Amino acid sequence: MSGDHDHGPHPHQPDLEDSAPSESELLAQALEELLIEQGTIGAADLRRAIESGDARSSASGARLVARCWVDAAFEQRVLANVNVAARELGFELGPVEVRAVKDTARVHNVIVCTLCSCYPIALLGASPDWYKSREYRSRVVREPRAVLAEFGTELPRDVEVRVHDSSADLRYLVIPLRPRGTEGLSEEALAALVTRDCMIGTALPEAPAGA
Amino acid sequence: MSGDRFKAGERVRVRATDPPGHVRTPHYTRGHSGVVESYAGAFLNPEELAYGRSGEPAVPLWRVRFEQAQLWPDYRGEPHDTIVVDIYEHWLESAEMKSRRAALPENDKGKTRHRRKR
Repeated sequence: MSGDHDHGPHPHQPDLEDSAPSESELLAQALEELLIEQGTIGAADLRRAIESGDARSSASGARLVARCWVDAAFEQRVLANVNVAARELGFELGPVEVRAVKDTARVHNVIVCTLCSCYPIALLGASPDWYKSREYRSRVVREPRAVLAEFGTELPRDVEVRVHDSSADLRYLVIPLRPRGTEGLSEEALAALVTRDCMIGTALPEAPAGA
Repeated sequence: MSGDRFKAGERVRVRATDPPGHVRTPHYTRGHSGVVESYAGAFLNPEELAYGRSGEPAVPLWRVRFEQAQLWPDYRGEPHDTIVVDIYEHWLESAEMKSRRAALPENDKGKTRHRRKR
């Protein structure tokens, strides 16, 4: 490489401002400026709210699932009422009702919201882009086995694939089957096996290598 | 009372209608029948909330299980695959006509048969 600047165009990574703001972005920005200008909230309040939103992650859901695996009575409480049971772990899920659906040897559950992108944010954090894509939302309801195979998840033919379309007021979380060979693992080690996709139902938890 | 219109296991049909405005009943379920899995509680009507109205009175919500092979004629999965959709009560009607007739008193049943023959 020479120091000569007479070369071709640089590869360009677009800046945030390169695309025109959408109407809702402009509206949000106007509202934000007004609320701060009028002293209703401070800039730091807003930052803290964004930080706490961004801090939510699937680690919470994973802890909940791992506790279900080691404590059958807790699992019963989760199946009866996730919002209430989650408080035992210190998770406040807010007003939106979350339901847990439990995989069995005969039934595999997978979650979608075909109408928009409803998702248990309080337990899983922000949803992945693919979950919001038209492709996932339209295909997983009509060819779930093909979509799951694209995630590397092949299910035996005798297992019922049960899709849950959470297009109304409830949010869903899958309690996957505890993998074989994890009997000796601590609750914390078990939680590490429960990935986000396992709780959406597009993946299955795997025992650690050598377990 | 909310939650007493249907029973778990009851066959219900989703209304085959296409009203304007914001609705949360997926198109692929409309006109299809499924089985009530459970009552999910009552929620403010999203079809009203979407336009800034109160959403009152709350609408009962039902979890309805459909057979994939019935929803999609070209379904390529397994015949036992299912999909569960949460559907507001005003979109549902009972699809259990047979059992309703069976519940009629004996002489009424006879009348029904007689009328049908004519």
